Order: sequence, then structure tokens, then C-alpha cells
Amino acid sequence: MPTDKRTLVIPGQILGDTRSHRAGSGTFIAEGKILSQLVGILNIHGNSIHVVPIKGKYNPIEGDFVIGIVEEAMSSSWLVDINAPSPALLHQNEVPWNVDFGDTERYLNKGDTIMAKVLSVDDIKKLQITLNDRNLYKIKGGFITEVEPTRVPRIIGKKGSMMAVVKKYIRCRIFVGQNGRIWIDGDTDDIEKVRSVIQIIEDESLSFGLTDRIETLLKKDAKDVHV
Amino acid sequence: MKTEDVKLIDAKGIRLDGRKIDELRPIKIESGVLHRADGSCYLEWGGNKVFAAVYGPREAIPRHTQNPLRAIVNAKYNMAAFSVEDRKRPGPDRRSREISKVISEALEKVILTEQFPRSMIDVAIEVLDAEAGTRCAGLTAAGVALADAGIPMIDIPVGCAAGKIGGKVVLDLGKEEDNFGDADVPLGISPRTGEIILLQMDGHLTFDEFNTALDYAIEGCNKVSKLQKEALLRKYDTIKEGK
Amino acid sequence: MTLVPIIKRDYIVNLAKQGKRIDGRKFDQYRNIEIETNIIKKAEGSARVKLGNTQVLAGIKMDVGEPYPDSPDSGVMTTAAELIPLASPDFESGPPQQDAIELARVVDRGVRESQVIELDKLCIEPGEKVWIVFIDIHILDYDGNLFDAASIATLAALSTTQVPATRFELGEDYPLPIKEPPISCTSIKIDDFVMLDPILDEEEIADARLTVATDNNGDLRAMQKGLNGSFTREEIQKVIKTSLDNGQEIRKHLYKNLGK
Repeated sequence: MPTDKRTLVIPGQILGDTRSHRAGSGTFIAEGKILSQLVGILNIHGNSIHVVPIKGKYNPIEGDFVIGIVEEAMSSSWLVDINAPSPALLHQNEVPWNVDFGDTERYLNKGDTIMAKVLSVDDIKKLQITLNDRNLYKIKGGFITEVEPTRVPRIIGKKGSMMAVVKKYIRCRIFVGQNGRIWIDGDTDDIEKVRSVIQIIEDESLSFGLTDRIETLLKKDAKDVHV
Repeated sequence: MKTEDVKLIDAKGIRLDGRKIDELRPIKIESGVLHRADGSCYLEWGGNKVFAAVYGPREAIPRHTQNPLRAIVNAKYNMAAFSVEDRKRPGPDRRSREISKVISEALEKVILTEQFPRSMIDVAIEVLDAEAGTRCAGLTAAGVALADAGIPMIDIPVGCAAGKIGGKVVLDLGKEEDNFGDADVPLGISPRTGEIILLQMDGHLTFDEFNTALDYAIEGCNKVSKLQKEALLRKYDTIKEGK
Repeated sequence: MTLVPIIKRDYIVNLAKQGKRIDGRKFDQYRNIEIETNIIKKAEGSARVKLGNTQVLAGIKMDVGEPYPDSPDSGVMTTAAELIPLASPDFESGPPQQDAIELARVVDRGVRESQVIELDKLCIEPGEKVWIVFIDIHILDYDGNLFDAASIATLAALSTTQVPATRFELGEDYPLPIKEPPISCTSIKIDDFVMLDPILDEEEIADARLTVATDNNGDLRAMQKGLNGSFTREEIQKVIKTSLDNGQEIRKHLYKNLGK
């Protein structure tokens, strides 16, 4: 278990020198120095310096799997809220159905929830998403909970370890979107349990040894129920 | 009351509220205080009580206001009806619109707006109790709220005023000093580089007096900047420990 | 308006069918209330109320002015509410919209019709000079049920208000004369389920809303039904009963905080 302290940094803080290091994500360069542009955790990897944000809007990247909510059905496409700074476009060619022009509302409507993949992000951050991939569809049933998008890696855990632990002790289906939206399906009792566990992970995401602590908690809960 | 009736500063350079010429009023800053906002700050500065909240970046509406290259920054400064001696009519007036504009422009200088084309970042500044220097307090609170919201910035903006009372240049005018003083210079800077991002002045100053006021205000900004940083780090220290 | 996913509504209804709410409360359970008074120095009275994550600040200012011609020996009160952009991504600055006006009027009615402020004691010179009481409500953080939060904040602020007589050279300051206030309780209806003190997630999908103000004697003092859904007669009676029970609890809590 790592015990070294996490270093918190803030915007404008000097983190290193461009002569010895490379400026990574969450940083910028001024007068030969590397500085943080965010409140975040300092992460020095090899010779590059990164800042991992603690809070902030979802920044879409091509290939991300996300959960979207349909904002508007237009004649040949849909406008979908994916929790990013602007809505994403879902074109009729990017869905697994044969949609006639002007007939989009028959398939997806305002308020519908979908699992989607980010297809493209252009220079001015116009977003396109697609449903043409494995396991992408319109979601029915279950519940969507939202977390800080920056905490998503922690919620998934290293190689999916955190979610694996949750699924081991609670009967449910979980899909964690990169955009901070999490779909949970199962009995309402189980969904409620998952919701409270996710809340704990989100609140304590900066602490160490969290996966083990969550497992202990779930194990204890499971015992209480079965005894 | 006329100016001569009030002795704002004594021979030893001690002010009405007991401060020295280069002394700030007491300041308290807390970050992340509101549940709904993406980022927030509560600040007490002397008798001022100010909240700031950040929403966004989100799609700029109406759409014709969108800039294809960067985010627009909308600061909205507002004073509560009960924040002043004589009740103020609720809602924006010409004064608050002007302050909103100069604060928006100051914030745009430090926010990396090019990362969010076509979007807007809203910053709501609410003055609940007012006692001189609310625009500097508002800018300072906005800086903390923006950092708390995870908005990328090259620096945390900060504000502080200097002015002239009873013929002397002093830091951070208080209530009577603002009402009966000779000049007021609200200043906003990017503390890392010292770049000036907000500057106003009213009253009467010589060129030398102005430069002294500027020195004082910059020094004040640097002190307040430290408090902003402490507030941000304190917030996340408690998260780390797992509350 | 914030977009509400259909499955979120379905889930809240599903939970309700099992007698549960999204934040774990019972249908007739109120959130925790925190009251802080006298926090604004410039105001004659003030209070900040936290109702769960909802935060409301009420401030009272007083001035001397002319009475209304039809009540020459009575003080004047006015109530305004601002849904400021601090509190929600959906609130905008500018002149008050319908929602803010309804909120202010409902709070105003609760105070005025029950004569919480003894306006007849606020006359300085009949027909000439009376005290004017300005109630201003600021929403700081919006997580549902502004009606109750605003009303509790207003009552707490009024209870701490000092008439600024010294400032107007009218003698010594003295406490604003007030009577025992009625307490508002708001319930909402989603499908066939009625829930007290909704959080935003519930309020967003509510079909109907009912606010009931009750006094210490268990009598009704003000009501307001909102939204385009409806209540049955039986539901209304149940809401009144819940409001009476919770109103008593809130009253006790308010008094304890005011040191009464």
C-alpha cells in the first residue's frame, strides 16, 4: 500500500522547469517554467509533469464510453447531453436502426437515456457520438447516479478492481460512463446499496487503500444480512 | 457630515477602526460552501459578506453570443436589498452592471477560455452585507470559486483597494474612509506576474500618491492571495483524510 | 429547465411503490433544519436557514414612510424574493420571474394574514408617518422546497428584528412587535404518492404541490396549491394532518433556536 503523501497544487503554482521536464496535462508553460492550471494532484511520470484535476467538467475524448440524455430530436439527428461543456450530435447514420428523415422521434425522444461512444471531437470541440458499437443501446430501467467526472478512474479502480469488488457482493449491473454518469440496474435494494457505496468512494477518492476498505465494508454488510 | 468633521486618521497614523495605514481588515475565506454550484466561495472581509458561485463551462445561450474560439465569462455582481444602510431596490442597476463587466473582463484574462469554445462560464457574486470594497471582495471570492470549480486558469485572480484619507495614502478603505475619504483605487491583479487586470480610481491623487496607493494595493493583493490559497488547500486536506 | 431523464422519474416512482424515497427519508419526514440569526449587520433582522442542502437568507430592513390611505394608522410591510443565479444553474438575474413572485407572495400571505407583524403598533403619526418593514428573501443554494425554507427564514429574521428608532431620531431601538407565527409545510405529489419537504430531484418531477400553514392552535392559516397536477380531497386532508404534526415540530425547533 502506497503511503507517500499526495501533493495538492493550485492554479499558477510552479511545478518544474522545461529544461528538465515535459509539461503534461493540466499544466502550462510560462517563462521556461511548468505551472499548474488547476486545483489537483501533482503526478510526475518519468520526466513529464501532470496535474490530475479534483473537480471539473467532463472533457470528452474520442472513444470514451458515456451515458447521454437526449435533449432534442431533430429531423435527421439528435442533440444529446453528455455532461460536457456543449451537447453532442447523434446522427441518424450512427444508430443501429433505419431512420427515415423526420422520423427520429420514433426511436429516441427527449429525456431518453443512452449508452454511447464519443465518435469525434473537432477543433472547436463540436462533439459527435455513435451507437454503432458493441453493447450500446437505449437504457431502460435502473437508475443513473452522477459523480464528479474526475473521480471516474477511482470508481472503476485499477483494471476495474473497485467495480469488481462491488459486483462481487451486490447483485447488480453497473455501467460507469467516462462522463461521470453511472447506470445501476437490479433490485431497488441493491441499487440503493450501490448508490451508497459509490457515494463513499466519491467522498474518499483522494485517500489511500480505498478498495480494501470498501471490500471490508461490503463483506461486513453481506454477513449482517445472511446471519 | 462634512469631511472636516470626521478625523479619519490620527497624527500617529492610526485609523478610525484602529488599523495602521498599511493594514488589511480581518479576512476569512472558505471554498466549496454551496451544494448546487460547480464551485463556490464564502468570504468575509471586514464587514463585507460575499458569496461567489461558478456554473459551467456550459453551452453559451443565446447561441448568437457563442465565440467559436473561446468561452465567454459572465460575472454577475449583485447586492442584496438589505446589504446597505438604506434598503436598495432588488435586482441589477447601472452600478452593478458596470462592476459585473469589469470583473468579467478581469476574469477572462486568467481563465484558459480557449479550452472551451462556444461555451460560457457563469460567475455569480452576491454581496449580502456591504461595507466598502465589495468589488475587490467579489473578485477575490470569484477567483476561489473558479479554482474550486476546476476551471483551468493561469493564476488565481485577487483584488484589494488602496485609497487616501486625511491626506494620507492607506490600504483597504473601511466604511467611513470610503464615504469621507479623498480617493479610492480598487485593484485586481494576477498575483504571480503582478499583471493588473482590474483598475479603477475615483477622487483626487497626485502622480506620486497614486504610485504609493498602487504599491499598497499590490502588497494587499499578495496578502489576500495567500489566504485564497490556504482556503483551497484546506478544503481538500479534509477530503484526503476521508471525512 | 434542467433535463430530467425519464428513467430517473421511473426509479423514484418505483422506490415510492416500496414506500421509499430517493434520499432515504419517510414520506412524511422533514429534512434537518439549521437556523442562524442576526448574521447581516446592515439589516435590522436576518436569518439563514439550511433545509438539507437548500439555503435561504432573509433580511429585514425598516424605513419611515407614509401609510396607505385606507389604513392611516397602520405600518406597511412588503415582501420580495430573488432567485439569484448563485443558487441554481437555471436562475437568471434581472427582474423577478413568475416563480419568484409566487414565492414572495406565499411568504407574504403567511405573515400578513396571520398578523405576525403587529402593524397597528408601527404607527408613528396617524396618516403621516409609519414604519415600513421590507422583507427580502435571497435563495443561496437550491435543493428543493423554497417555500418552507423562505418562510422559516422570514419568521426567524422577523423575530430578531430591532426597530431602528435611534437612526430616525424616534427614541430607543426596540424589538419588532410580533405575534406567534404560523408554520408552512409543503408536500408534493408524484403519481399517487404524496411526500413532505421535497428535494430538488423530487420537485423536478412533481405533478402537484401543496403548501399548508398552520398555527399553534392547530388551525389553518394559509394554503397554496401549485403545478398542473391535482389532489383528491382525501390527499388534501392527509397533507393537512402531516403539516400540522410537522408544523408543531418546526415551531419548537424555531423557538429553541431563537432562545424562547
